[in-house]
Amino acid sequence: MTALIEVRNLDKSFPGVKALRSASFTLEAGEVHALMGENGAGKSTLMKMLAGIYSWDSGEVLVDGAPVTIAGPKAAQALGIGIIHQELNLMNHLTAAQNIFIGREPRRRFGFLDEGKLNFDAAALFRRMNVTIDPKTLVGDLTVAKQQIVEIAKALSFHSRVLIMDEPTAALNTAEIDDLFVIIRDLKAHGVGIVYISHKMDELKRIADRVTVMRDGETIATLPAQSTPVETIISLMVGRELAHAEPPKVPEIQGDEALRVVGLSRGRALRDISFSVRRGEILGFAGLMGAGRTEVARAVFGADPIDTGEIWVRGAKLKIHSPADAVRAGIAYLSEDRKRFGLVTAMDVEANISLASVMRHRRAWGFLDFPSLKALAARYVKSLTIKTPSTAQVAKLLSGGNQQKLVIAKWLARDSDILFFDEPTRGIDVGAKAEIYKLLQSLADQGRAIIMISSELPEILRMSHRILVMCEGRISGELTAAEATQETIMKLATRTHVATGTARGGAHGDEHGPVANE
Amino acid sequence: MSTDLSQTNDVSLRSLRAALFDSAAGQLLLAFASLIVLVAGFGIASPNFLQTDNLIGILQATAVNGVLAVASTYVIITGGIDLSVGTLMTFCAVIAGVFLTYWGYPIGVGVAAALICGALCGATSGFLIAKMEVPPFIATLGMMMLLKGLSLVISGTKPIYFNDTPDFPVIAQDSLIGYLVPSLPIPNAVLILFVVAVAASVVLRSTVLGRYIFALGSNEEAVRLSGVDTDFWKIVIYAVSGAICGIAGLLIASRLNSAQPALGQGYELDAIAAVVIGGTSLSGGRGTVLGTIIGSFIISVLTNGLRILSVAQEWQTVVTGVIIILAVYADIMRRRKT
Repeated sequence: MTALIEVRNLDKSFPGVKALRSASFTLEAGEVHALMGENGAGKSTLMKMLAGIYSWDSGEVLVDGAPVTIAGPKAAQALGIGIIHQELNLMNHLTAAQNIFIGREPRRRFGFLDEGKLNFDAAALFRRMNVTIDPKTLVGDLTVAKQQIVEIAKALSFHSRVLIMDEPTAALNTAEIDDLFVIIRDLKAHGVGIVYISHKMDELKRIADRVTVMRDGETIATLPAQSTPVETIISLMVGRELAHAEPPKVPEIQGDEALRVVGLSRGRALRDISFSVRRGEILGFAGLMGAGRTEVARAVFGADPIDTGEIWVRGAKLKIHSPADAVRAGIAYLSEDRKRFGLVTAMDVEANISLASVMRHRRAWGFLDFPSLKALAARYVKSLTIKTPSTAQVAKLLSGGNQQKLVIAKWLARDSDILFFDEPTRGIDVGAKAEIYKLLQSLADQGRAIIMISSELPEILRMSHRILVMCEGRISGELTAAEATQETIMKLATRTHVATGTARGGAHGDEHGPVANE
Repeated sequence: MSTDLSQTNDVSLRSLRAALFDSAAGQLLLAFASLIVLVAGFGIASPNFLQTDNLIGILQATAVNGVLAVASTYVIITGGIDLSVGTLMTFCAVIAGVFLTYWGYPIGVGVAAALICGALCGATSGFLIAKMEVPPFIATLGMMMLLKGLSLVISGTKPIYFNDTPDFPVIAQDSLIGYLVPSLPIPNAVLILFVVAVAASVVLRSTVLGRYIFALGSNEEAVRLSGVDTDFWKIVIYAVSGAICGIAGLLIASRLNSAQPALGQGYELDAIAAVVIGGTSLSGGRGTVLGTIIGSFIISVLTNGLRILSVAQEWQTVVTGVIIILAVYADIMRRRKT
């Protein structure tokens, strides 16, 4: 049987970088083929070639056994290759149907649009995928999961036989991932070949038939997804055996209280949030996406307003109205979206490391103390092992892991000792993850208080001394490291308020408005 | 003491190096090359163009526009825009006239009043933008009209002449350089532009304020979430820009020996054009004062050269428009490559 797509020995160079070295890869009809590798391994480059976004330098690509050239996205569509990028390319102010058929709108005479046929065709697509989306809904009003389905429908509308999905579950919650997998299995049954790029091992096990591991632009191996142990795949990805030494967990941290939050509330987003964290402690914040964990961090940090609530730092009650107040009190917030909320990516490493502390490195008349700034940057590049050619390197050219270290350096340079980490390893490759974990651990060992928000349960379980679980804007439970398992956390994360109330033997949260989930 | 000195040297060396070799260097070079080509071209086309008198005229004409363009550079690098620089300049000139001619204060007081007035007006724009979250375009459009009206109201729509303070027009019109080199009677206004530009460039490169100007233009939210009081710094930046407009107001009043209340509108567009031609990005985060100065000279050389070649005024405007589009296009092409 001829493969749907066969890639033979593709090479691709960008100025200064060899992005692909003799990459080879086959995709059969009706299979889900996972593509795994650290960031920068060449997965996206390879897929962008199939989608006609890049051209290759040498090698060949066969579709149905016949060599092809893919000159552009239109050529890829004509060959039946569709791609769904990690960042969705939809127009929020157009409807689902208008998005699907953008540029190919059915016309009446004299160029008038045939809105009726447009919606009818879109509805037919959704029906085929067994999803219920009104074609006339504005895309901006849909959830991210539904938007993704619109993208998939758009790809299918080109009669795609190959669907490339780049980290499709990055922004989805567990239930939405389940729905997506139903669609993927259905497509598979109809003979569509799916390339699935992901960092998540559990998804690989759930959905993939085969897996190809990439490293440094090469395709290292193609293996059966079900029978190959996760450790084998990870070691192929990083090119070395991963040390699995779990950090010894201290059952209870005895340090002084660093931060206490009492009765923090804002509308329906935050309801009566109370918790405290000690020096030297890593407090895990678990919960499903949208449970309100990021909102808690941003509220304590002064980035968003609160209705009521008290914040005590090191035993003193503080009024925090802005991030500037919080930073002065030694609180730091490391967003999951580093590029938007953490870094000034167009500026260099030195400027980013000193962003929160530049006022401490000035001389008379506000002149910058360049030698001191340079020394500061050099110190943190060394102590956090930030991989950069120099402190004058522009931040956007660093990898995700090194960007994360840059943000950490920014806060350490400011002597922050209460640190909120929001999804600290999102978008960071496996090797760098272990480094970030070690870094978090050592920050706690230095006596800083760490609050770690994470949607990855293994991460929460591995790192936390104590775990708070949130659901629908409330803290639905607290677990010690000893009693926490994936199951106990998930139970609390899906426990709605009614259950919480009875479990706690009271309904003290009721004065804060109507019960959620009615 | 000696270490102090070497450190100061290090700062200026560093800023010089940065000015020469930063990421906008390519655009700067291109702008500078265009300026040379223009000068050479007009020189060949007309023997009158390269006459000392004419060149001094060009310098003179650039002085006010150049200072205003420097003021706009700061704001544009933060990702904002200031449409009020022209009428603010006039308003400051009128204020100087009120202090010197109406109220008879000494020159120093009039100068200080104009600068403080510029800073306060700038701070007002900054307050509207930072605290009340009015978009910069609208806030400064409002300020532009408001200040134009106030200038007319205060002056009773008539020019205020500086007849009681004969030393005032001397500030811009006299030539310090001319005393030293009699063959080069370059007026002080040009010298002041030079001083303002150098000072503005050093501030942009080597001070906390400069660091925040670039950072705000690159990613304001990240700067806010780093604990920087972004509102405060925005107000400061607009205030500094306003004070520089005050300098421009003093220059133009001194040169014309009067505050002309009807003048000013339209200057902001020349200023923005100079900034853009000089390679500063309208989306913020990138830009240099040196580029702005080159941009200002390109505009005045064009205006002057075309006039010498007897090209109609209408066509001069058309050419300037084309140059602006080409400059921005060149910048986009350069960025696409990197």
